Amino acid sequence: MVEWTDFERDTIKDIFSKMEYEVVGPAALARCLVVYPWTQRYFGNFGNLYNAAAIKGNPMVSKHGTTILHGLDRAVKNMDDIKNTYTELSVLHSEKLHVDPDNFKLLADCLTIVVAAQLGKEFTGEVQAAFQKFLAVAVSSLGRQYH
Amino acid sequence: MSLSAKDKDTVTAFWSQVSGKAEDIGNDALSRMLVVYPQTKTYFSHWKTLTPGSEPVRKHGMTVMTGVGVAVSKIDDLTAGLLNLSELHAFTLRVDPANFKILSHNILVVMAIMFPKEFTPEVHVSMDKFLAAVARALSEKYR
Repeated sequence: MVEWTDFERDTIKDIFSKMEYEVVGPAALARCLVVYPWTQRYFGNFGNLYNAAAIKGNPMVSKHGTTILHGLDRAVKNMDDIKNTYTELSVLHSEKLHVDPDNFKLLADCLTIVVAAQLGKEFTGEVQAAFQKFLAVAVSSLGRQYH
Repeated sequence: MSLSAKDKDTVTAFWSQVSGKAEDIGNDALSRMLVVYPQTKTYFSHWKTLTPGSEPVRKHGMTVMTGVGVAVSKIDDLTAGLLNLSELHAFTLRVDPANFKILSHNILVVMAIMFPKEFTPEVHVSMDKFLAAVARALSEKYR
């Protein structure tokens, strides 16, 4: 089981409670599709992903970015059992979506960059450590049901 | 994943915008790295202190960013341009190359914090590629 300090718990809850999921989610996913273009392989039916502007303005990207953040929200609300909270999601990503779990880390890095840009100086080293630890647990849990 | 002409232009332009803050960038990136990735502290056991923002950290952050500046100026041939630095890291410092990725990530985080408007996804991808290319050039002489 993952041990969370009070600081880590408070930090994660604080960041997500103030976050606009419909802004941050789309920004993070769009950034991921631009910075790591091979991730576009999973979005063949999203239409125009030809350049950064197209990706940013693509409504399917925005919708999916928001969906992803709501998925993370479930982990925020169940920090003491992210592993089991994500069992079904993990099976989905493995069996149905066939997503290489290495991609989860790429998206996590983009989300870190987007949140850092939003929080500015508030995103201290300690806050970054807590945020990255949380994302690492989420990423690990999402990869757990792969076989 | 080599640097395109567009990548080089983007990096050079962005660097000219941010290089004035090189010391702050280096200090923040290094401080963050020591906090978020504590295993990196093992390379600095000879320092008086590892406190974020302290003198040895600030000084070394500047050293690193000066190196990044040199890399920008040699962007057309990083392997040749960073030869001496590669020998330094390979034979003297012997930093495990996995750590280049870690420091690069923290440099990118600091850029997002300090330059949120300028650090667009397009700039991000070019900078990420550039720092990866620098890491590769630094690893040249390792074995």
